[in-house]
Amino acid sequence: MTEHHSNPYLPELATVTRVIEETPNIKSFQVVLNDPAKMKKFFFEPGQVGQVSVFGVGESTFVINSPPTRMDFLQFSVMKAGEVTAALHELAEGEQIGVRAPLGNWFPYKSMKGKNILFVGGGIGLAPLRTLILFMLDNRSDYADITILYGARTSLDLCYKQDLKEWAARSDVKLIQTIDAEYPGWTGKIGMVPNVLKEIAPSAENAVAVTCGPPIMIKFTLQALSQLKFTDDQILTTLEKRMKCGIGICGRCNIGDKYVCKDGPVFSLAQLKDIPSEL
Amino acid sequence: MAHSGFIPKDNLNSVIEALSKKARLFVPVEEGDLVLFKPFAAGQTMCFSRPANLPPKAVIFPQSDVLFDFNLKKDMENLKKVEVELKENLDFPSTIIVGCRPCDAQGFRIYDRVYLEAGATDPYYKGRREKTTIITLTCNAPSPGCFCTSVGRGPADEDGSDLLMTELPKGYYLEAVTDKGEAVLKELGLADGSAYREEAEKAQESAAKAVRKPFASLEKTPEKLIGLFDDQQFWEAEAAKCISCGACTYLCPTCYCFNITDEQAGSRGERIRSWDACMFAHFTLEASGHNPRPSKAQRLKNRVGHKFSYYPTRYKGVTACCGCGRCIRYCPVSVDISEIVAHVQGAQG
Repeated sequence: MTEHHSNPYLPELATVTRVIEETPNIKSFQVVLNDPAKMKKFFFEPGQVGQVSVFGVGESTFVINSPPTRMDFLQFSVMKAGEVTAALHELAEGEQIGVRAPLGNWFPYKSMKGKNILFVGGGIGLAPLRTLILFMLDNRSDYADITILYGARTSLDLCYKQDLKEWAARSDVKLIQTIDAEYPGWTGKIGMVPNVLKEIAPSAENAVAVTCGPPIMIKFTLQALSQLKFTDDQILTTLEKRMKCGIGICGRCNIGDKYVCKDGPVFSLAQLKDIPSEL
Repeated sequence: MAHSGFIPKDNLNSVIEALSKKARLFVPVEEGDLVLFKPFAAGQTMCFSRPANLPPKAVIFPQSDVLFDFNLKKDMENLKKVEVELKENLDFPSTIIVGCRPCDAQGFRIYDRVYLEAGATDPYYKGRREKTTIITLTCNAPSPGCFCTSVGRGPADEDGSDLLMTELPKGYYLEAVTDKGEAVLKELGLADGSAYREEAEKAQESAAKAVRKPFASLEKTPEKLIGLFDDQQFWEAEAAKCISCGACTYLCPTCYCFNITDEQAGSRGERIRSWDACMFAHFTLEASGHNPRPSKAQRLKNRVGHKFSYYPTRYKGVTACCGCGRCIRYCPVSVDISEIVAHVQGAQG
């Protein structure tokens, strides 16, 4: 927790400045802290999360998916699933929310310098990857090849369509998009993310893979990466758990002796193999 | 600590009454069949002869605690705009707990590492903890289910207490553990108790010998638990009787998990934290419907794992169980955590 407040449970008040409809059930919210001094001082690392409140309904955890290199606002993407996310989906521009952030650890972007970076995302799982992708694009010379493999069930379920358009147009990024099954108007790849990953077969040499998506996609992506000779140290992922306090106190998001809200959400596969299998 | 005092038996009530004038005072009070920590009031029947059914954890970590109030205020110039006002209350009264047991006091030490020392400081816990003086009654005989000596503690351990009180035939021998305890001794102006020290030590030693030992030592238990993590059969057998009622966690002086929820009426509301328990299915249920611990066997494994493996791994070998035995005494179906630990130690995992 940064020093922005001495009471870690007390959210900063923030205003929703823009709502973007990403997919039929995912919206992104751009928010600005109400206190301009705090907004100016706000600092986070790519991959860190925040607790977002709708007062009267409660809090839920979301990754800050805008990068720290673009601090005009903080962006959270929300898939409608429970009470808090449903309440967030009702919000309009100008409305007030609470934000407790930044929380948790982050992608080890410093040790990734000079390496080829492979992003493998599925559905809303592109959210944490987006932070790091934009961060790396804003520091492009620090990294070698950047490959992004992104898939969703249908073309309607692909998030961040504006980003995808921009990344597709860049010569220094290789973007591969796929959807699970044929869909009217889709001209990209068709197939599950792990299968497409095997097909494009990126080299593991001097590479780091960062993956996030639904558990089943992650499971088969890890197998595919292993077949491609990525070692456990070369694979990073972010975990999701039901979190409440966000500061390692409430005891809710543990896997063995690790707390996802504090020791995570970013883990290497090597770290994950060291903790009990309770995902 | 050098400073000690003595309270003759007949004077105990007047000493407690004097303490109640100095701070908010919690004492173990008989309520029907139960003994519960309640704010002191004249005429109550206090009970020091057996440990309270519930530890005094709620004095410092209330079962339901308001983190802050919120007020949604409509802007009359622009009716679509709603301002939010947040108000926290971090002002806590001076408090004294009298008559908890060493296991209960140690519970707060288990909390201290998580709530104060591990990184983020919990201001609500910190405020109450600092303002509370704990006067502990050492146990002169174990209660059914107790196993404090097996978890490296004992019926006269001072960790977590400010003042230790030992019952002797003629009265109570008091020994200060901390400066806070010493200050209480001074304020009460008690007679020097050093003449009773030896007698008190003897009583404490004999109590320690009487505590049952369901298992010998906890060495290797954290690793053994991890080794048994994927042994579904083992955990299903241990959890067969469990009815997921969560009583064990609510009675436990060392369980500290909580939930945070909002309550709202009209434009005003509160964000509240409430005790919650890893024995409940909803505890880890995610909004997506995924639940990493859908079965009671997985949940019991987490409870035992947290106390005897995960917490000790995080905090230099300290076991997050004080051996008070309440979860054993009051479990409606007699699940016995000390038996489970003994099974873990004996398992070929």
